[in-house]
Amino acid sequence: MTMVFTFAITLTVAAFTVIVTRIIYVVYKSSKPLSKLGPQSVSTLIVLGSGGHTAEMLNLVAVLQKDKFTPRIYIAASTDNMSLQKASALEASLVDERDDETMSKKALFMQIYRSREVGQSYLTSIGTTLIAIIHALWLMIKIRPQVILCNGPGTCVPLCLIAFFFKVVGIRWSSIFYVESIARVRRLSLSGLLLYKLRIADQFFVQWPQLQRKYRRTHFVGCLM
Amino acid sequence: MRENDDGQSKKKKKKKNVVFVTVGTTCFDSLVRAVDAPEIKQDLLNRGYTALLIQMGRGSYIPTKVTFLSCISGSGSIFETLRLGKPLIVVVNEGLMDNHQSELAEELAERKHLLCARPQTLHQTISTMNLESLIPYPPGDATPVAKLINKYLGFLVD
Repeated sequence: MTMVFTFAITLTVAAFTVIVTRIIYVVYKSSKPLSKLGPQSVSTLIVLGSGGHTAEMLNLVAVLQKDKFTPRIYIAASTDNMSLQKASALEASLVDERDDETMSKKALFMQIYRSREVGQSYLTSIGTTLIAIIHALWLMIKIRPQVILCNGPGTCVPLCLIAFFFKVVGIRWSSIFYVESIARVRRLSLSGLLLYKLRIADQFFVQWPQLQRKYRRTHFVGCLM
Repeated sequence: MRENDDGQSKKKKKKKNVVFVTVGTTCFDSLVRAVDAPEIKQDLLNRGYTALLIQMGRGSYIPTKVTFLSCISGSGSIFETLRLGKPLIVVVNEGLMDNHQSELAEELAERKHLLCARPQTLHQTISTMNLESLIPYPPGDATPVAKLINKYLGFLVD
């Protein structure tokens, strides 16, 4: 009996050590630029959010090299009507610019359940967040992006958590770039704080110098809007 | 269109002398009421504004003597107005909890890109405002972010 017990304990401790070591390694490796020579192109997940979030994000997508960040997958909350439309309009304008449509991989548009609606009680948010995480897991298994771009809506937290989990267990190594919203001047948003403190974002960008002074691992990039 | 748009704006279009007041999708009766005050209307008249256009959102207070009322959905954000180069007064809605958007309005006011007020101080702001002292807002630029992302991924930039 005691032998089995001892064995179980040893196994648990060993597993725990392996997981913790792997997590430390992932966080360490993520903080540095990719060591491989730049890949040809990276599948990019672009997380949109209500109002200003989408506008800022599309501003960023507009200046990215489209042939490097492709295929582009846009994702927005199921209750968000406008964001995917705006993204679709941006993608349509890109197709008009290019002569050869066959060269480009088509952009995809997806919807995800929200972790939390604006004003929802934090108690019920626990339940809805769990549902959102399961849905996010399902979508992430399908997409397995190499790059994730997000700027703060609640929808990005489950997606980034899952991306980090995929890195740890070796399903997919993704680079997570987080741009804090321009509306955040002195304090980080809740999403930002989580992804910053847990070191889940590979690179964390802020638009105001006050934030860079307060959170030393961020990069100040000026205003996007 | 921000769902939790708690920074509301007053835009001034000098050519047509219209003052445009918008509350976005929220309820901000204290602003509509403040703007409806005779002292403010008089101040605006004195400065050459002849029309007041109020977008009330979900509010319930109906301003007096309204002959033209426009319900505009999808109100512009602060940056849309700044990009248009219109003088802007942002009135912060203290009625909403966790008013993080006031940080942005205050920062931009400190940099003299717009004026910031509360419903109670709106009259004072309008009577003492000097719109010529406002500095134009330089357009935003997302390329620094793109450069850093490219560098991290090892993409060579043209």
